[in-house]
Amino acid sequence: MTAPAPIRDFLVLPLPGMGARHLIERSVLVYRRIWLVLVSGFFEPLFYLLGIGFGLGAMVGSLPGPDGQPIPYQLFVAPALMATSAMNGAIYDSTFNIFFKLNFQRTYEGVLATPLGVVDVAIGEIAWALIRGTLYAIGFFVVMFVLGLVASPWAVLTIPAAMLIGFAFAAVGMAATTWMRKIQDFDLLALVQIPLFLFSATFFPLSTYPAELQTIVQLSPLYHGVELMRDLTLGHVGPWLLVHVAYLAALGALGLLVCSRRLGRLLLK
Amino acid sequence: MAAVPFAPVSHPSAASLISARGLTKRFGDFTAVDAIDFDVAPGESFGFLGPNGAGKTSTMRMIGCVSPISGGTLRVLGLDPAADGRRIRAQLGVVPQQDNLDTELTVRENLLIYARYFEIGGPDARRRADELLEFVQLADRAESEVEPLSGGLKRRLTIARALINEPTLILLDEPTTGLDPQARHLLWERLYQLKRRGATLVLTTHYMDEAEQLCDRLVVMDQAKIVAEGSPRELIERHVTREVLELRLPADDQAPLDGRFDGLEPLVERVEQRPDRVLLYTSDGEAAVERIHERGVRPESALIRRASLEDVFLRLTGRTLVD
Ligand SMILES: Nc1ncnc2c1ncn2[C@@H]1O[C@H](COP(=O)(O)OP(=O)(O)O)[C@@H](O)[C@H]1O
Ligand SMILES: [Mg+2]
Repeated sequence: MTAPAPIRDFLVLPLPGMGARHLIERSVLVYRRIWLVLVSGFFEPLFYLLGIGFGLGAMVGSLPGPDGQPIPYQLFVAPALMATSAMNGAIYDSTFNIFFKLNFQRTYEGVLATPLGVVDVAIGEIAWALIRGTLYAIGFFVVMFVLGLVASPWAVLTIPAAMLIGFAFAAVGMAATTWMRKIQDFDLLALVQIPLFLFSATFFPLSTYPAELQTIVQLSPLYHGVELMRDLTLGHVGPWLLVHVAYLAALGALGLLVCSRRLGRLLLK
Repeated sequence: MAAVPFAPVSHPSAASLISARGLTKRFGDFTAVDAIDFDVAPGESFGFLGPNGAGKTSTMRMIGCVSPISGGTLRVLGLDPAADGRRIRAQLGVVPQQDNLDTELTVRENLLIYARYFEIGGPDARRRADELLEFVQLADRAESEVEPLSGGLKRRLTIARALINEPTLILLDEPTTGLDPQARHLLWERLYQLKRRGATLVLTTHYMDEAEQLCDRLVVMDQAKIVAEGSPRELIERHVTREVLELRLPADDQAPLDGRFDGLEPLVERVEQRPDRVLLYTSDGEAAVERIHERGVRPESALIRRASLEDVFLRLTGRTLVD
């Protein structure tokens, strides 16, 4: 009774990770009907740009740019808000939505009964979250362009930069979510997200922070996203940008690894 | 419906589709499945019958390659789940104990996206989805959301979803638990259709009538172990008598049996006292009733019925299947 059982030989098995695209298709299918939810997330950074960039900017005037030359405050704040919109977009779909699917809807249990595995789930969900972040960033970029806040052709690279920021935050957000046990745990998320937003050299330059705090700010992934975006929109380009890129990429890769491991532990017991 | 909603096995005489030897599952110190052996042949309808906590789901999850085995060996479709889980899962249809339908999608979308997970797309996926909706009689609900569906309809959709990849092996973990009798009978009828067309079904249940209706062969599971194996008829013949006389004694007569049913052998093979009734296992219920009356026992009611798998379970474990 141990001879090989009949196997259908026409079976095509994609490589591990390739199945991730089906989870993206799933998200597209879900959002096709609730696209309004997507649209709403676009406005928050826009309001900050109008309120703070232009409102407060009128009082601040200009401040020293990355290369020491003074730049108008709007030009300083806009790329930071673009980075923030990529972050927020990625976090929306990598935290609460994942929590729901993991703990209430049991979506992934259904997925894992198919040829797909935890790596496909992790990549697919992170990819969708980063797509959402990137869409917001692109929308924001268009607004910046229209308002004349794009100062250099290098600024086209802010789109891939937004993808990188989305990747880092989606991966870390999803990894953190695998430890969340109840909805109240998400209060912690706000406790992290708001200071990140306010204190990542978003609204004022790093040099204005007290020396001890500067080191802490430099640990913030959003800080690296903000600096990357700012330098690109202002055309202040050099090898130091690779440090930001490496930091965000490493964080995203780590998050992805942790996600796959955690999903395995939670779902494949 | 023209299409066959599963993949018929090309050589029915070939090896077993599932083979387990000493299969074990541990969660920490707790042993949920304790060194069980079983084989499932192609085209067979095989059941795990046992009460809650017996280890049925743990076994099904190991077969489904979503739970690593803790000991023994397991081969599914001739492959090792630890090494070839993806390849095995590509050929399984899984109906889990708890429905995990995609509540963010419609009924039809559930099937279409599931097809995508199996690399089936385009017109193929749409055709299969429509056929399967017909098969489970959900075609008129195709555009409905999942959440408002009743338990029975959700179950039918889960079964349709499990068939989207034309599976070689269909795993059903308690397919009708929690459903009302009508919904249950419809499901049984659909599963019977699959069986009739030659599908290999592996199912778990704690309903003896379900096991009797659907299983060609089954194992009785209790406390992580297999305690008996055979066809429903074999199990009944081997472990219990043909008939059972159920007596309900008056409420004021719940005293110990104090010998009232002693010495009835060989007519009555065994007497079982339950909290609310006394069961007499006998080859001839009518004769047993007479003998009881002769002895002056006046039950409130006396019912003669055929022995069932429930009696087998009681015999083997001293407990009932459904509490
Ligand atoms: N993930 C788990 N962790 C710890 N114990 C588990 C887990 N899953 C099941 N068990 C235990 O294993 C035993 C068998 O469970 P299960 O296989 O679900 O039985 P059945 O499906 O027959 O009701 C039960 O006592 C259950 O509590
Ligand atoms: Mg179970």
